[in-house]
Amino acid sequence: MGLTSNACGWSANRETFGIKRNGSIPVIALAGNPNTGKTTVFNALTGLNQHTGNWPGKTVLRAEGCYAFNGREYLVVDLPGTYSLLASSAEEQVARDFLCLANPDATVVVVDATCLERNLNLVLQVLEITPRAIVAVNLIDEAARKNIHIDCRRLAGELGVPVVATAARYGKGIDELKAVIAEMAGNQLSTSPRLVTYDTSLERSIRFLEPRLKDILPPYLSARWAALRILEGDPYIFNTLHHFFEGCGQR
Amino acid sequence: MKAATADKEESLRYLKALAEAARLDPAAHDRIVGSIYSEAERIAGAVVHRTRPKRDWDRRIDDILTSRWLGFPIMFLLLGAAFWLTITGANYPSRLLAAVLFWGQEQLAVLLGWLGAPSWLKEIVVDGMYRSLAWVVSVMLPPMAIFFPIFTLLEDLGYLPRVAFNLDRFFRMAGTHGKQALTMAMGFGCNAAGVVACRIIDSPRERLIARLTNVFVPCNGRFPTLITLAAVLAAGLGVSAYQTVFATAAVAGLVIAGIAVTLFVSWLLSRTLLRGVPSSFTLELPPYRRPQVVQILARSFIDRTLFVLARAVTVAAPAGALIWLLANIDLNGQSIIQHMATWLDPFARQIGLDGFILVAFILGLPANEIVLPILCMCYLSAGSMVELDSLSAIHRLFVVEHGWTWVTALCVMLFSLLHFPCGTTLYTIQKENGNWKWTFLAAAIPTLTAITVCFTVARTARILGLG
Repeated sequence: MGLTSNACGWSANRETFGIKRNGSIPVIALAGNPNTGKTTVFNALTGLNQHTGNWPGKTVLRAEGCYAFNGREYLVVDLPGTYSLLASSAEEQVARDFLCLANPDATVVVVDATCLERNLNLVLQVLEITPRAIVAVNLIDEAARKNIHIDCRRLAGELGVPVVATAARYGKGIDELKAVIAEMAGNQLSTSPRLVTYDTSLERSIRFLEPRLKDILPPYLSARWAALRILEGDPYIFNTLHHFFEGCGQR
Repeated sequence: MKAATADKEESLRYLKALAEAARLDPAAHDRIVGSIYSEAERIAGAVVHRTRPKRDWDRRIDDILTSRWLGFPIMFLLLGAAFWLTITGANYPSRLLAAVLFWGQEQLAVLLGWLGAPSWLKEIVVDGMYRSLAWVVSVMLPPMAIFFPIFTLLEDLGYLPRVAFNLDRFFRMAGTHGKQALTMAMGFGCNAAGVVACRIIDSPRERLIARLTNVFVPCNGRFPTLITLAAVLAAGLGVSAYQTVFATAAVAGLVIAGIAVTLFVSWLLSRTLLRGVPSSFTLELPPYRRPQVVQILARSFIDRTLFVLARAVTVAAPAGALIWLLANIDLNGQSIIQHMATWLDPFARQIGLDGFILVAFILGLPANEIVLPILCMCYLSAGSMVELDSLSAIHRLFVVEHGWTWVTALCVMLFSLLHFPCGTTLYTIQKENGNWKWTFLAAAIPTLTAITVCFTVARTARILGLG
């Protein structure tokens, strides 16, 4: 048996991201493009119960907060706003490493209803990393004013993960979002995320790499995603994986 | 189960070997991104419905606000309008506040007399601490209460990112990052905040340049000083109808000068100490949003006005006491302040200032807000107590009693614009960089710039026989 989550508990990795709470409190990551009202969603979820600081070793602002729903507590981590997870900036690196290594119990991707297409790029990248994702279509009111209508049920069907329409500025949809988060963190939801199909030569290489990566990576880290990063010669993927193995070494 | 740690190195080696074996195509990255984009496009096409073809107002407004020819005139008009409103609007409440606060000064004096406080204590508390407090509040609060909501409004409307967009071209020509336009815009609020904002710049070289040059745009603490001095300068013109226009133009001109110096010093640094090529970036222009008026008022009042005022007040009270002491402790028949001023005077004259002004700037290191109050106290400390309740009183004090010319006023404004950052900003730079060398440079570069510019202006004016 190689490296598994038994050998490498995720809690060790969560600690390296500055999450001190141990035990059973579910960790919810909040991802999204800049200017989508992600911070408004964060505020609507946690109220004033939050604190800010830096990501360990990075000068990137980090905010986390708590809220209770149906008698259970949840920890929300506000990831930096990014357009992609290709790790070309410190923000993207932080967001990506958190999703890969801290294994959040649910990831809420906040998207801007007024420019959905651009935002979906990030959603598709998140879905490659984690199936435990929820899409919050925010600024739905602003979109309606601009005569843009989003078919959320269809979107949920296309993406294979839950979709909630929100107008966080007015608190609309937040309770529904909390309910979906609770279901996902409580393992009562199964998702079948849409994975982008690449061209035949890429897919062939992925088929070669994926099973080999599965052997050495922990089960929650998508081997397909890792294979893609290796295929595109991503310079940070080894840092990320090294970080993961470091997390093991500390145990 | 094998020991995880023993596997670590081996696993990484295995991964790297896999990577070597699998690296087929250098264009893989572009193809991956391309597939993601077309999938996003397909899904968006299926779920997004537009009922009526919407006229793209945002795009149209952007075409005007960020156009090559109209962008800058509009920017200066908006800035000018903000300053004009501030200058005209601040006068009356300033006078009212001064009247109330100086009435309070008499009451405090009476109260202390009734408590039987010794006269030196009475003087420290009333003439030192209370008077500088009253000064700071009455001179600074009204301009801030008007200027900050306007500034926050422009921010909330989404205009500030457009300013950054307009300036991006120039920063790239200076060899630095376009995002510096944004951190510079933050500097108009507070230089310490601007320095922290430089974190958004990824390249360490460009980040450092942005930090070192942030101080060249006037912050909230210095705007009131500049606005007051511009009004003093204008009061000398005599014709009241033109005074506000002139004062507005003077402040707007200084802001442009500050931006020009920012660009020039950035260019110089990127050619000498911090060489390198500028990196590219995408600046998203957020949609114009209807401003949330209540939130603007609350935010500008709490986050900016109260924050700056509180800092000024916490610094002004002890500084007032200190200056009173410096002004009243006699050494060989002269106060310490006079000794300092006399000693600095020959140098200060060379750069168009006088000894007292330079003392005020040095003592104002903790917070730029108190430079002008300190200067007034220095000037007043020798003579009788005057109630400085209006601009004309300041004008009388500076011009009639201490022989200011328009060159003096201009040099004070330039020095205020370009001199060393305040204590808070320096402390922030030290914390962000963690290196004394850069903190030292962050103080030395602006100071040298200020001295050079003021010296040139004063010398030129003298040679041309002006002033």
